[in-house]
Order: sequence, then structure tokens, then C-alpha cells
Amino acid sequence: MSALLIAEHNNKELKPFTLNAITAASQIDEDLHVLVIGHNLDEVAKSISQIPNVKKVIQIDNEIYENYLAENFASAVIKNAENYSHIVCSANTFGKNLMPRIAALLDTSQISDIIKVISSDTFLRPIYAGNAFATVKSNDKKKCITIRPTSFDPAPTSGGSAEIVKVDAGEANSNIKFIKREEIKSDRPELGTARVVISGGRGMQSGENFKLITAVADKLNAAIGASRAAVDAGYITNDHQVGQTGKVVVPDLYIAVGISGAIQHLAGMKESKVIVAINKDGEAPIFSVADYGLEADLFEALPKFLEELNKLNTIQK
Amino acid sequence: MKILVAVKRVIDYNVQVRVKEDGTGVVTDNVKMSTNPPDDNAIEEAVKIKESGKAKEIVAVTVGEEKAQETVRKALAVGADRGIHVKIDGIIEPLAVSKILQKIVDKEKPDLVFMGKQAIDDDCNQTGQMLGALLNWPQATFASKIEVKENSLEVTREVDEGLETIEVNTPAIVTCDLRLNEPRYASLPNIMKAKKKPIEQINASDLGVDTNSRIEVIKVEEPPKRKAGIKVANVEELVQKLKNEAKVI
Ligand SMILES: Cc1cc2nc3c(=O)[nH]c(=O)nc-3n(C[C@H](O)[C@H](O)[C@H](O)COP(=O)(O)OP(=O)(O)OC[C@H]3O[C@@H](n4cnc5c(N)ncnc54)[C@H](O)[C@@H]3O)c2cc1C
Ligand SMILES: Nc1ncnc2c1ncn2[C@@H]1O[C@H](COP(=O)(O)O)[C@@H](O)[C@H]1O
Repeated sequence: MSALLIAEHNNKELKPFTLNAITAASQIDEDLHVLVIGHNLDEVAKSISQIPNVKKVIQIDNEIYENYLAENFASAVIKNAENYSHIVCSANTFGKNLMPRIAALLDTSQISDIIKVISSDTFLRPIYAGNAFATVKSNDKKKCITIRPTSFDPAPTSGGSAEIVKVDAGEANSNIKFIKREEIKSDRPELGTARVVISGGRGMQSGENFKLITAVADKLNAAIGASRAAVDAGYITNDHQVGQTGKVVVPDLYIAVGISGAIQHLAGMKESKVIVAINKDGEAPIFSVADYGLEADLFEALPKFLEELNKLNTIQK
Repeated sequence: MKILVAVKRVIDYNVQVRVKEDGTGVVTDNVKMSTNPPDDNAIEEAVKIKESGKAKEIVAVTVGEEKAQETVRKALAVGADRGIHVKIDGIIEPLAVSKILQKIVDKEKPDLVFMGKQAIDDDCNQTGQMLGALLNWPQATFASKIEVKENSLEVTREVDEGLETIEVNTPAIVTCDLRLNEPRYASLPNIMKAKKKPIEQINASDLGVDTNSRIEVIKVEEPPKRKAGIKVANVEELVQKLKNEAKVI
């Protein structure tokens, strides 16, 4: 049998994390097909067909799929699921919203957020905010799996030439209506894929003070993250939250500023390659995961940090 | 309007979870347990809707062992009217929970089911969406704002890109984010009153649903530990280390 991966996109481009999910899915089964559902999708389908790991692209194009409503997507996936042993998607808000609906309709116990493929039925996944790793084996005939994208490398995007098959749309659910999306646009690297992330916490004291973070982020070409406390306090919008109930990031360099290091925050960043913590409380738990801890007042340390960075002329972008 | 709220008993979020030496799971003996945090937000929202006159009754339901009743009791203390405890021992997967909840929905016929977006023990983030599929109801997941309308809800959802607003007709499933509201504390008089509110006990085995595990837990282990880092004396040293030792800038 083959694996079916559900692509995430914005009707114009493939979302980068789909590439990581493709890597994981092709570790599960080399005969990987990608299902792309949306509206006016030809470009997206074409770009998927060029990914060497992909053997076939199934495109379902209809205006009812314009806003990715899980109710409509799930029935479209079910209609096309018959010949597949695995249905796979990345574990971000798109996949989290969608996959359990598919799994329930297939009477399958979903395995969420895997970080390693051990075999085609056995996977590693974090539980308890990453405080334990569970090796789990699915005994369902059809397996529904979501993938933690940061645990897999992105698949190459060119060199392939899979066939694209168009299939008919399913029914639209009349009990749900999309109203609007407030997408926060920025020129910065995306939080999930950035090489450097600098995050601020409650210690920042205000949204205004985040300009200290922004200045360093500009210099390092970094994405900006935040703790839940900083988001809750309104210093910054929810799409920046890192942690158990936010985003998971694995950059080469993570700089935590004015963040205490609660386990729920660590769940989202402790796999980062190098961690820096700037905190005035020497006992803060963040220091226990930091490669380099600086016990200092952030309002003095951040401007100084920027000044020192400016002295270097070799910062890699 | 009637609102059913699903609450789960989990290890308290402040507890440092420890893995059992035999690799079968995590230590739960003598560990503080609480209601799954976003389930408190689900209850709070239901109570607020009732207080605004838009709901008549709130029923809190939990699925789990004998002691899981505590979470229902707590929901009653902050404003739920009555409780249901579906008794079942051992670990129960979201698919089975959603099948049990489907039976409870068939019996109670609520207009809305409120739940948490994610249980902080299994971190599955599945049950609400599964229940939505089984009932063929629309779902509003990761809700951070809810506006009750005539026969629908307008819900703001937290998604990776920012915020999204959808409208779902009732009956519907809502899964709640922690930012939805600020859960209240139960006052002592309300805790006393809650002791008199009814909790119906149902044995899961009487519901006629398949609750068998489909997923085998082969082992549970500690995640790899990070090696200890160092403290730097000042910003200059930090920048030097990042440049020359870690080579990340
Ligand atoms: C179910 C659940 C899920 C959660 N999910 C998440 C999640 O996804 N992500 C997340 O981040 N949190 C999450 N939390 C919240 C988490 O438990 C913590 O409350 C939160 O991470 C704390 O944020 P903080 O470190 O910014 O704030 P605090 O814990 O208040 O820490 C602020 C830090 O700033 C330092 N500081 C203050 N002033 C200065 C200064 N001038 N200079 C230097 N340092 C200073 C202090 O010493 C302190 O260590 C969750 C909680 C629950 C219950
Ligand atoms: N055993 C249970 N009893 C009652 N509600 C549950 C149970 N398990 C999960 N839920 C509900 O489903 C939500 C999501 O759980 P999960 O899918 O396990 O992450 C929780 O926040 C609860 O509202």
C-alpha cells in the first residue's frame, strides 16, 4: 500500500513544513502520494509534482476548499483514502484541526506529533510537554499520523515529475462559514524555520519594549518568539508563542530574554542547537537548558548585545 | 440552550513529571492531579454564557477512573449544574473518549459541547475534532473568543498565521484555548453547594462502544538530556562565545 500526505498551502504556495512532512511520510512508505485540496491550485500542484519523493499528486480544486475548513477537507480525504495504509499531515494548526476528523471517520486511533519513524507502524512521540518520549505502535489497519515538522529535514523541491491527477470535489458542509483571517505579515524569517530565534517573555514588561528584541532580530536576521505570558499580556500577537500550546522551534540559535523557562515553554524550544538565556534571576530554570547563560538586566544587556553584534562584520545571514 | 463540557483529570501542570524506571509510563502515585487547564476555560466560558442568560443548563462530563469525579465536582463548584462520570479504568485513547462522549451527546442532546483544545498529559489534541466528525457537527477549534448568536456561534480561532474567525451553526463543538477567558476560583460556599449537585455514574461498558486500545505503548523513556551549559560574565563574553565557540553568528 502507499502513504497519502495532505499538503498544507495557501492556494498559491506550498507551506514549507509540508516538505518536512513529506520527508517523514516517505520514511513510512516510499510510495508517497500527495493530496492537495484547495481553490485555484494549479501552481501548488505543479510545485508538489517536482518534489522527487512524491510519486503522484491528487488535486481537488473547488471554491468550497478555499479556506481549508476541516469539515469539507475531511470528507474529501475520506473519498480518496481507500488505497492508502497511512494518512499523514504536519502537526501544525492546520493538521491538528483536520486529522482527528479524518481519523474518527476511518475509525482509527490517531498518533499525533511524531518526532521519529521507527517502522511503518511504530513511532516516537513526546508526551507531557516533552518530559517523556513514548514509543507507540499502531494496530489500526489505516494509520493516521501527524508529524512534528521540526524533527525532520525538508524534502528537496526539484528534480521530480510526478503525474497530477484531478479528482472531483465532495460536498460542502453548510453548517460552517469562514468569515475572516487576520494574518500577520512580516518580512522576517518564519518562526518555525528560522535559523535564529530571539524570544521575549514577561520580563520585557511591555509591547513597546519588544523594540529591543526587534533590533537584535534585525541584526541577526532572526524570527521573533515569545512566551505565553508575553502573549497573554498583549505585548505581542499569538502567532509568536513558543511552547507546548504554541509553536515548536529548533533553530541553530535560540535566545530567551526575560523568560523564566517553565516546562511548557521549554517544550517548544529545548531541542534548539544553541540556547542563550538572558535573565536577571540566576536561579531561573531557563539556565538549566542554556548553553550560555547571562545573568543580567535585559534592559542593559540587550542594547549592549546589539552594540557588540554591530562590531562584528561577519554575521551570517 | 444546553452546554455539555468535557473535563479531564490530568497530572497538575506544575508537577515535574517523572518517567517510571520500568519504562511503562510516568509516575502518578502521590502526584498532584488537577483538571486539564483548558478544560477550566471551557467550563468558565459555559458559565459566562449561562450568566448572560443565553444558556439554561451546563452539564460537566468526565471519562475516567473513580477519582476523575473530582474534576466534575470542581466544575460543579464553579457553576455547572450537574455532572456525569463515565467510569473506566486505565488509559483511554481520544477515539474511545469521543465515542463515549457521542453516546452522552445522544442522551443529553446539548446544543454545544465545550472541551479543551489539548490534554496536557497525552498532548493529543484530537478528542473534540473526533467527536465533531462522529456527530457530523461543525467544529471551532482553538477558540480564543466566542460570540453567541441566534442559532450559531462566531468564534475567533488561534492559528499559526494569526487569528481566524468562523461561524458555526449549533449544534457545534468548540475546543478552547487558555486565552479564551480567566477561569474563576470556586468560593467556599459554592464548593459546599456543589457537594449537593447530582453526579450520574455510568459504566463505560454499559454504553456499547469499543474502548479497546488501538495503540500499544511499547516504552516510555526520558528525553535525552542537554549537557550542562555555562554562565558567561558579560555581554562581550557571550558574543565571543557565540562567534568563536558555538559559531552560530
Ligand atoms: C496548559 C498550559 C500550557 C502552556 N503553554 C505555554 C506555551 O506554549 N508557551 C509558554 O511560553 N508558556 C506556556 N504556558 C505558561 C507557562 O507555564 C509560564 O507561565 C510562562 O511560560 C511564563 O512566561 P515567562 O517566562 O515570560 O514569565 P515569568 O515566568 O513571569 O518569567 C519572567 C522572567 O523574566 C525575568 N525578568 C524580569 N525582569 C527582567 C529584567 N529586567 N531583566 C532580565 N530578566 C528579567 C524574571 O527573572 C523571570 O524569570 C502554559 C501554561 C499552561 C498551564
Ligand atoms: N477522559 C476524558 N474525559 C473527559 N474529557 C476528555 C477526556 N479526554 C479528553 N477530553 C477532552 O478532550 C480535550 C482534548 O483532549 P486530547 O484530545 O486528549 O488532547 C480535553 O481538553 C478534554 O476537554
